[in-house]
Amino acid sequence: MAHPPVADRSSRPADASPGIPEPILLGMYRNIYATRRFELTCIEFYRQGLIRGYLHPYLGEEAVAAGACAALRPQDYIASTHRGHGHCISKGADLRLMMAEITGKATGYCKGRGGSMHISSKQLNHLGANGIVGGGIPIATGAGMGIKVRQTDQVVIAFFSDGASNNGVFAESLNLAGIYQLPVIYMLENNHYAVSTPIECATGCCDLAGRGPAFGVPGICVDGNDAREVYRETLQAVARARRGEGPTLIEASTYRHGGHHVNDPGLYMDPQTLAAWKARDPLALMRRTLGDEAKARAIEEQVEAELEAAVTFATESPEPSVVEFLAGIPD
Amino acid sequence: MTDIMYREALRRALDEEMQRDPLVFIMGETIAERGGSYKVTEGLVKKYGARRVVDTPIAEASFTGMAVGAALVGCRPVVEILFIDFAMLVMDQIVNQAAKYEFISGGQGKVPMVLRTQGGAGNGLAAQHSQSLEALFYHIPGLKVVMPATPRDACGLLKAAIRDDDPVIFIEHKLLYMTQGPVPDEEYVIPLGKADIKKPGRDATIITYSYMTLKCLEAAAALENEGISVEVVDLRTLTPLDKETILASVRRTGRAMVVHEAVKRGGVGGDIAAMLMEEAYDDLDGPVVRVAGKNTPVPYNVRIEQACVPSVEDIVEGVLRML
Repeated sequence: MAHPPVADRSSRPADASPGIPEPILLGMYRNIYATRRFELTCIEFYRQGLIRGYLHPYLGEEAVAAGACAALRPQDYIASTHRGHGHCISKGADLRLMMAEITGKATGYCKGRGGSMHISSKQLNHLGANGIVGGGIPIATGAGMGIKVRQTDQVVIAFFSDGASNNGVFAESLNLAGIYQLPVIYMLENNHYAVSTPIECATGCCDLAGRGPAFGVPGICVDGNDAREVYRETLQAVARARRGEGPTLIEASTYRHGGHHVNDPGLYMDPQTLAAWKARDPLALMRRTLGDEAKARAIEEQVEAELEAAVTFATESPEPSVVEFLAGIPD
Repeated sequence: MTDIMYREALRRALDEEMQRDPLVFIMGETIAERGGSYKVTEGLVKKYGARRVVDTPIAEASFTGMAVGAALVGCRPVVEILFIDFAMLVMDQIVNQAAKYEFISGGQGKVPMVLRTQGGAGNGLAAQHSQSLEALFYHIPGLKVVMPATPRDACGLLKAAIRDDDPVIFIEHKLLYMTQGPVPDEEYVIPLGKADIKKPGRDATIITYSYMTLKCLEAAAALENEGISVEVVDLRTLTPLDKETILASVRRTGRAMVVHEAVKRGGVGGDIAAMLMEEAYDDLDGPVVRVAGKNTPVPYNVRIEQACVPSVEDIVEGVLRML
């Protein structure tokens, strides 16, 4: 098996989340569940032609965003990727505004101008998803520089993939953040594929966390399917960043539950490996570790209601006005 | 008024804006202790410290992207790219990120950053250090492009660029840094998007910008001796383009010529000529003439280097061709 899942450490007893307060655990479960259901709804909408362009589901990787964002305060920043719905939801997005944006409505976060690959929210300090692989890494690094100039104690999480880690800006930015000791957490979501290219075909050294120390930046590898592990390590990295001790690179090992985008069947993925990762589904894992059926159910019902409201809101929202759009374009 | 050098005028703008606004900071290669390759930022690190005058490694794509990020979180960064040729390394961050952000965010976020850089031939620096690439940026919706020719304009426009809420590409010319000119003693800002008639005239309009403004003024002086009165319009800002001033001048003179150092093919001059055809056809007494750089990489040898860029003689000839 080319990409064996991280050894399952979740079957420990219910107290296997020492030190993580219950509201955090419940919050992470909420975001994992909301992302899962949101993505499945989007795929359905895509098939019906209600969503156009590209749609890159975050299915299977939900625990990374949920764990990482649980370590943040609302005023902290994130920069996201083309596979960004999970980051947006875990940063606290309103599902109605997200769904409206993804279906291209005037009421969406970006007035229907951005779509799935460009959702951002000033109110959430979400700097934006990005259509360019690696494009958000320097921007997040610069947000860290801005924080330093403004002398606040905010931090930034840059979400990006194993694919982006082979782009030049990854090395440049890690080096820059190391020089200026910027409050940036580089969250490398290693889903083991850049579109269809497996990581072992894209680098001579698959130890991606190991690239951190090369720039004087601590590099840590975590189980990206276990939100608790992601949360714990991110929390430590955030604390270091707030203390002015600089950046951290976290490699979260995870796996897509399907192809690169909704129209990619992912036939290049080994079925056995995929099955092994699915057996470690971040949603099931988190639900099991909650150990409280009633609370899990309550969260699920709440999310279903929110999602229904989001679908209604998006469906009933108007399209952007062409006249208004054209009138706003300078000569 | 005091006569100062172009590079001193730029330094004065940076200094005044950093003094005025603690959110302004500058980043670039060797800009701190060394004061920059063209000495524009000399002394600023002493005054504002390393937190706001930041030396970077040679990592253009990422430190330009950092300016985008810093701008998004409320700062007003000014990045210096040593040569516009090196700006080819930052095109993703400028074209796909900075220029697009306000638009794709539905107006939620703005990117108030300035990218200072310099271009042009004339120092024997050959093909990768001598280009005039403004048309690449001019082509991109979401960017502003500023190319001042004089110390007065350099200072006033750089201040406006820093205060502007949009990403501004501020392109200097390597032959201008040591040129001198009068600059007001009191503080002043020159708004973006306003051309300046550097010399009024009756018989023809020359539309130009950056270093070529100086050559056009020389040509205009030579023509004046022959009894030909040429108006020289210095655009100063390419985007937004001051169509009003261009059109008013051309309507007065009836003849138009565009002069730039950048290669003619796909240059800004072609766009301005087309605009004049669309909007001032009836006022023109003849075709719009373009005098521009040859469609070639800039060579090293001084004689063939000079042959690539418009000379005063080329400009004079161009005017005579029009009349």
